[in-house]
Amino acid sequence: MSDIVGYRRPDAGSQPEYLHPPYKSSVGRAPARPPVAVPHTLSELTGPRFDHLAIAAAEADLTRGGAQPPIGERIIVEGRVLDQDGRPVPDALVELWQCNAAGRYHHPLDQHDAPLDPNFRGFGRAVTGADGFYRFVTIRPGAYPWRNHANAWRPAHIHFSLFGPSFLTRLVTQMYFPADPLLPLDPIFNCVADPRARDRMVAAFDLAATVPEFALGYRFDMVLRGPEATPMDEATAIDKAGGR
Amino acid sequence: MTLVTTPSQTVGPFVHLGFDPMTVTDAATGAAGRAIAVSGRVLDGQGQPIPDAVLELWQANAAGRYDHPADRRNVPADPGFRGFLRVPTDRDGGYRFRTVKPGPVPGPGGREQAPHILVCLFMRGLLRHLYTRIYFADEAANAVDPILCLVEEPRRATLVARVAGDGAYSWDIVMQGEGETVFLDI
Repeated sequence: MSDIVGYRRPDAGSQPEYLHPPYKSSVGRAPARPPVAVPHTLSELTGPRFDHLAIAAAEADLTRGGAQPPIGERIIVEGRVLDQDGRPVPDALVELWQCNAAGRYHHPLDQHDAPLDPNFRGFGRAVTGADGFYRFVTIRPGAYPWRNHANAWRPAHIHFSLFGPSFLTRLVTQMYFPADPLLPLDPIFNCVADPRARDRMVAAFDLAATVPEFALGYRFDMVLRGPEATPMDEATAIDKAGGR
Repeated sequence: MTLVTTPSQTVGPFVHLGFDPMTVTDAATGAAGRAIAVSGRVLDGQGQPIPDAVLELWQANAAGRYDHPADRRNVPADPGFRGFLRVPTDRDGGYRFRTVKPGPVPGPGGREQAPHILVCLFMRGLLRHLYTRIYFADEAANAVDPILCLVEEPRRATLVARVAGDGAYSWDIVMQGEGETVFLDI
């Protein structure tokens, strides 16, 4: 294995800007000055590993743990964590949190007038296998109102947090559901300029992931920053391009 | 073929639901080296405390070794120190964690970096996490640190934790305006 010399910077428009005025909370919290570009050092190219946590397979099933099964439509969410070259990312810690089927989070700050489900806490975690694969069993989350603008509703979504191979591959994102009529109206989903990038956040219904007589399956692959070409690779590429 | 990366989205107001199960605010217990405590506040553009932020921290051990396979140097590992912390702010925007003072690590061109901690910051309102660094005011090596020297001099102090007592440091994060913290594009 050759040493990674750095990670690729995001393509223009593929990641949100910090200030996105349609999302009101960004106005008082986004930095006013641009971040200062610095090179990647050993500090950035390393990052935490969680093999000591011994995460149990049961932690990927959000429908267990209560006295009764939770209310709502049971679903499967599965997919692979990949880098930008399409290589699987093994041993990635995936944390997931979400509201219940009625659109209410099991959290004291959520005062939305929808029922709490004592059998649904809304947190799970898993570690990707050698092929980058993960799989959760959960409940389809509900839409809920928020006060960002008049009659504002968040589309149904699941929060995903990922730790890849380094501190630079850290990602927190949200997974949305296909054909949700709220997506074109949501300032958080639409904070990303590039529609190809936006589409990455929408899961696909997947009959192959669907378990007969049990639950619909959704496919949600996530792509983390990939390593830069090594200096030798670049030299080879220039060679192939006819030399300079 | 290069795949487009999955976009970042905000952690939202209920981040604790997802992050609390892996909160780590003490990495010093059981670790070799000089134990230190770092505390401070996270403030928004109006100077108001931010009660729903989470700091994630990544650092080398006291000898300057990262607990990661990419660090293959002949520097002692410490089985009692993993290098990762996850620290939420409280209702007053305050945070506090205990760790060990990290050792020096190599930087660009083989130049040594001053002891530092990487910070990854999450909160409602941030569509993408922010990166920054914590340096320590009692380190002479700050003056020649190859990363710190890339920051314009008047703003460098925002990356340096003040000495607040024996083994105690104070470091605030200011999101906007007067004294705005330098964030790093990495």
